[in-house]
Amino acid sequence: MTVGIPEAPGAPEASDAPEVRLAARGITVGYGSRTVIDGLDVAVPPGLVTTIIGPNGCGKSTLLGTLARLLRPARGSVVLDGEDIAKARTRDVAKKLGLLPQAPVAPEGLTVSDLVARGRHPHQSWLRQWSSDDADVVARALALTGVSDLADRPVDALSGGQRQRVWISMALAQGTDLLLLDEPTTYLDLAHAIDVLDLVDDLHEAGRTVVMVLHDLNLAIRYSDNLVVMKAGAILAQGHPRDVVTAELLHEAFGLRARVIDDPVGHRPLIVPIGRAHVRADAGARAPVEGAVRAQD
Amino acid sequence: MSGLDVQPRVAAGVRFGRVSFVWRPRAVLVTALLAAATFAVFCVSVSIGDFRISLPRVVATIFGRGDPFDEFVVMDLRMPRALAGLVVGIAMGVSGALIQSLARNPLASPDILGVTGGASAVAVFLVTVSGGASAAVAGTVGLSTAALAGGLGTGLLVYALTWRRGIDGFRLVLIGISVSAVMQALTTWLLATADIRDVAKAQAWLVGSLDNRSWEEVRIAFWCTLVLLVVVVSAAFQFKPLHLGDEVAAGLGVRYSAVRAVLMLCAVLLAGAAVSAAGPVPFVALVAPQIAMRLVGSPTPPLAASGLAGALLLIGSDLVARTALPTALPVGVVTAAIGGPFLVYLLVRANLRRRT
Repeated sequence: MTVGIPEAPGAPEASDAPEVRLAARGITVGYGSRTVIDGLDVAVPPGLVTTIIGPNGCGKSTLLGTLARLLRPARGSVVLDGEDIAKARTRDVAKKLGLLPQAPVAPEGLTVSDLVARGRHPHQSWLRQWSSDDADVVARALALTGVSDLADRPVDALSGGQRQRVWISMALAQGTDLLLLDEPTTYLDLAHAIDVLDLVDDLHEAGRTVVMVLHDLNLAIRYSDNLVVMKAGAILAQGHPRDVVTAELLHEAFGLRARVIDDPVGHRPLIVPIGRAHVRADAGARAPVEGAVRAQD
Repeated sequence: MSGLDVQPRVAAGVRFGRVSFVWRPRAVLVTALLAAATFAVFCVSVSIGDFRISLPRVVATIFGRGDPFDEFVVMDLRMPRALAGLVVGIAMGVSGALIQSLARNPLASPDILGVTGGASAVAVFLVTVSGGASAAVAGTVGLSTAALAGGLGTGLLVYALTWRRGIDGFRLVLIGISVSAVMQALTTWLLATADIRDVAKAQAWLVGSLDNRSWEEVRIAFWCTLVLLVVVVSAAFQFKPLHLGDEVAAGLGVRYSAVRAVLMLCAVLLAGAAVSAAGPVPFVALVAPQIAMRLVGSPTPPLAASGLAGALLLIGSDLVARTALPTALPVGVVTAAIGGPFLVYLLVRANLRRRT
C-alpha cells in the first residue's frame, strides 16, 4: 500500500550505507554574546529516528533549530545534500526539510484542511497557488495522520493530541523525507504522546528520516534508533539506545540517580529514577551508581 | 460519519492556464458584494448635495457621458470628496488588516504605530503656534502635507526603534503605544496653551473630515495608495504563512523577517497617506478588518475585503454625517458610532450561533 507522500528529489537509494544528507560541521551557536553550542559535529543517519535528549538548557532545541536553519551558526555550517544550508535558497531547503516547531499556534477558526494545505507553500508560487497535485498530497497527508474526518473542523476546537497530528500532517504535506520535530509531545498526556510517537514510527516505516527533541527519556529510548545525548552544548554520547543508555551516562548527563532495567515490553533499556522519597531501602544499594558524588553537592 | 472511506474534503481549485487559486465561493461573493455596495454608496454620496443629481445621471457622468452641468457638479465639486473617502477607506482598511495580521493582535491598528499621533501633533502645532517658521511651513507646503510628514516621521521612528534584526509584533505594539502617548501629550499641551479660536480649528482637524477636499490632495493620496497596494498584493503570497508564526513560516521557506519588514512599512505608509487626506478618522482601520473577517468567514483579516469594508464604512459614514442631522457632522464622529455597534452585532451573533 502506498500511502506515502512522493519522495523529495535526491532521496537516497536503498543501499548498504546510505548517504548522510544532513549534518552539522563544527557549529558554534549562541544568542547574543552567550554561546550555547561550541564546535559541535553531528551527522543525521538517514532513514532512522534520531532523538536529541539532555538536561534543560543543554542546547538540544538550539541544535535542532540550527539544523532547521532557524538559527545561524557563528562558526561552522549545517550541510544539506552537500550544500551549506545558510547559502541555499530557503525555499529550496523547504522542499527537502520539514520542520515542526515547539507548540505552534494556528489562527483561531482556521480549519484542519486549510492548515495542512499551507504545507504546500514551498511548491507554490504567486500565480500557481493551488493545483490538483496539491489537493492529492494534502488528502494523503490527512489520511496518513488519521485526521481526514476532522478536515472541516477548526484547529483550535481539537484536543491537544489531534492538534499535534494535524500539525505533523502539515509538515508531511510539505512532501519532504527529512522531518525535524521540536518536542512534538509537549503538553500531551501519556496516551496522546504515545499516539503521536506511534505516528512518528509510521513515518519512519515509510522511509522518512526524523530528528526530534524529547523530554521524556523512556519515550525517547522506546521510539528512537539513534539517541544524541547532550550536556552543556556538547554531545556526550550517541548511538542506539541499547548501546548508549546506562546508569553512569544518566548520572553524568542529568545528575540523575537511576537504575536501568530491561523494558518488559520493548526489549530496550528502561529508566527507573531513584529520588529521595518513596524508595525501598534496598533500591539505592542495588543501584549501579551510588549517591556518593551527588551527596557531596 | 465513518473516517475509513471518506475522501477528506480538501479545498477545490480553479485554473486559468498556468494560474491557479483555491476556490472560496464565500470570500469571492462577499468581496464582490462589498465592491458593489461601495460603488452604490459612492454614487449616492455624489448624487446628494445642494443640487440633487439622479443616480442614473451620476453613473452616466462617471463613465464620461454626462452633460456639462452634471460634469461640473459631479467631477469638480463632489468627486474629490467621494474619491477621498474611497481611497482613505481602502488605505485604512488594508493598513489595519496588515498590522493586525503582523502583530497577531486584533486590537492593533495604525493608531498604535504613531502615524496618527505624529500627524496630529504636527497639524495642531501648525494651527496653534502662530508666526515665524510655523506660518511659513503651513503657507508653503500646506497643512496636510506637513501632517503627512509628521505622521510618516513618527511611524518610521517607531519602526526604527522596534527594529532588532527584524520586527517583533509585541515590541512594535509597546513602542508604538509609548511614542503615541508622547505625541498625544504634546498635542494636549499645545491645545491647552493655545488661543481658543485656534483650538476650535485644531479640533476640527483632529476629528477627521472629508470636507473641502481638493483634487490636489486626493491625487497624492490616490497615487500613494495605488503604488503601495501593488506592493502589498505582490507580497501577499509570501505573507500567508506568517499567520502560522515565524518558525513555521521559516520552515515553509519564507524569509519572514524581510516579508514582515516590507509589509509593515507599507502599512505605515498607507496609514500616512490616509491621515494626510482626511485627518485621523478614528476606528476605520481597527474595525474594517474585523468586519471583513467575519463577513468572509476567514480566520485572518482578508486584504481585499478589509479595504472595501473600510471604504464602505467611511463613505457611508460621510453620507450619514452630511444628511442625518440638520447640521453636518465631521465623518470621524460617525465612523465610530456606526462601526462600533456593527462589530458588536457581528460578535454577539457569532456567540448566539455557537450556543445553539
